[in-house]
Amino acid sequence: MIKSASIRNIFLAPFALWAVLFVVVPFVVIAWYGLTNDDGVFSFSSLAMITRPGYFKALIFSLLLALVSTAACVVIAYPLCLILLEKTGNTRDMLVALCVVPLLIQSLLLTMAVQTILEKNGVLNQFLRLLSLPDIYVLNTPFAIVLGMVVNFLPYAILPIFIALSKIDQSVIEAARDLGASQWQTFRHVQLPLSLPGAVSAITLVFIPSLTTFFISALLGGNKILLIGNVIEQAFTAGYDFHIGSALSMVLMIFVIANMFLTIRFDTTEEAS
Amino acid sequence: MSNRLKHIYVAAVLTLLYAPIAVMIAQSFNASRYRGHWTGFTLDWYAALFESEEIFEALMNTLSIGLTAATVSTILGLITCVALHGMRRRTRAALMSVANIPMLNADIVTGISLMLLFLAMGLRLGYCSILLAHIVFCLPYVMLCIMPRLMTLNQNLYEAALDLGASPFQAFRLVVLPELKPSIAAGFLLAFTMSADDFIITHFTKGAGIDTLPTEIYAELKLGVHPEMYALSTLVFAAVLMLVFLIYVNRKFIANIRKESLL
Repeated sequence: MIKSASIRNIFLAPFALWAVLFVVVPFVVIAWYGLTNDDGVFSFSSLAMITRPGYFKALIFSLLLALVSTAACVVIAYPLCLILLEKTGNTRDMLVALCVVPLLIQSLLLTMAVQTILEKNGVLNQFLRLLSLPDIYVLNTPFAIVLGMVVNFLPYAILPIFIALSKIDQSVIEAARDLGASQWQTFRHVQLPLSLPGAVSAITLVFIPSLTTFFISALLGGNKILLIGNVIEQAFTAGYDFHIGSALSMVLMIFVIANMFLTIRFDTTEEAS
Repeated sequence: MSNRLKHIYVAAVLTLLYAPIAVMIAQSFNASRYRGHWTGFTLDWYAALFESEEIFEALMNTLSIGLTAATVSTILGLITCVALHGMRRRTRAALMSVANIPMLNADIVTGISLMLLFLAMGLRLGYCSILLAHIVFCLPYVMLCIMPRLMTLNQNLYEAALDLGASPFQAFRLVVLPELKPSIAAGFLLAFTMSADDFIITHFTKGAGIDTLPTEIYAELKLGVHPEMYALSTLVFAAVLMLVFLIYVNRKFIANIRKESLL
């Protein structure tokens, strides 16, 4: 649209400034804090903290819970999206909108409500007592945390998977069916591979927030379960130890970067346009 | 899957998503201020909502930061997309990846890194630091909305406008901009939503004495969230639902008119 390269560069200047100042420099600052000690001397001592049993356990546990919640979101989203695809026009749009609206509710309040439901005398147990069923105690367990993650992040999985599935040419699916593929075979060999970019987006959008959350675990895990997000948050807001907090953030960034590469590998937006 | 099973499945997923919202709404009408104990119906919290200065202040901060951040990032995003449009594919892809970093990065890392940056710059943490941080993380969302639309635009229309004597600015304003309007609006709305809902990045970049709605809720968590907050969220939820419903009705209406004009 802009022919002259110099004018284009003028247009690009604010973005370049933004990218350097707010994307590149902050990483440098984190690395600086993470790789120095209190005296400002270069040291790996903060980074080595991750091998401490407490921190290491928190990291492994966070990874585990994030994997479970990501898998749960994708597994729940696929059948839902396939069913939504069978609907037509307005009903479909309406249902998709209903799946997205919860994103507009403050996630703190949603998580709080999950706590209210799961409490000892919470909504769930009051309901079970009405039916004369035994109580369930799940609050302050890993299950409660995963449930909180699913409630908060499921819409992020539904949306990209639905978009990817709806882009598949209908005649390809019909062809598979005509050639004798069962519904499951059609999904397994046609719809699933073709919607993989959507699934990858879904995984990225759910995995990273699940891995790094701190308030979901704080509200639903009690004080017993520490995730890596809690450790980092406390390092900054309670312990005021910027070095350890930064070093642990650098460890988290390894997973973020791995995730970014996964996304870029499957990114098809450029080809599509 | 049988039809019945499908209905049950959709209902189950919607229950999972909406049960917490239903509980939240119920609490906004609950006479007891303690969670999970229903002691009767009341509208007191709604009345109290309009008198609570803390909530009003937090709401104003959320709105003003959200609107300013969305406006600035939309303008910045539009300018950047236009500049990227004429570039070679590889350069563009590389720059887009850089732009996406704050979106793909973990919120907690973005929040911490910006906080450390602001402190290093000697910027006092407060309204301005929150606003700056929000502009930073809103920009990728805006570009995500505008870029694909700009790339599929018919370049010939713009060229034609130039050939017919329009200045580049006129051609952009009269030919390109109207085509981009829906995606610009989508980008603005997405940016505003992201800003208004953000807790983690605000949590780290805010100083003492200033709160947006999410951080106000977080501050209240230890002592129990004020039911006024549930009332406010219920109102927001009702407004959003109403909007979705209106769009639905409106589109059905337009579809009907189209059908009739075709017949």
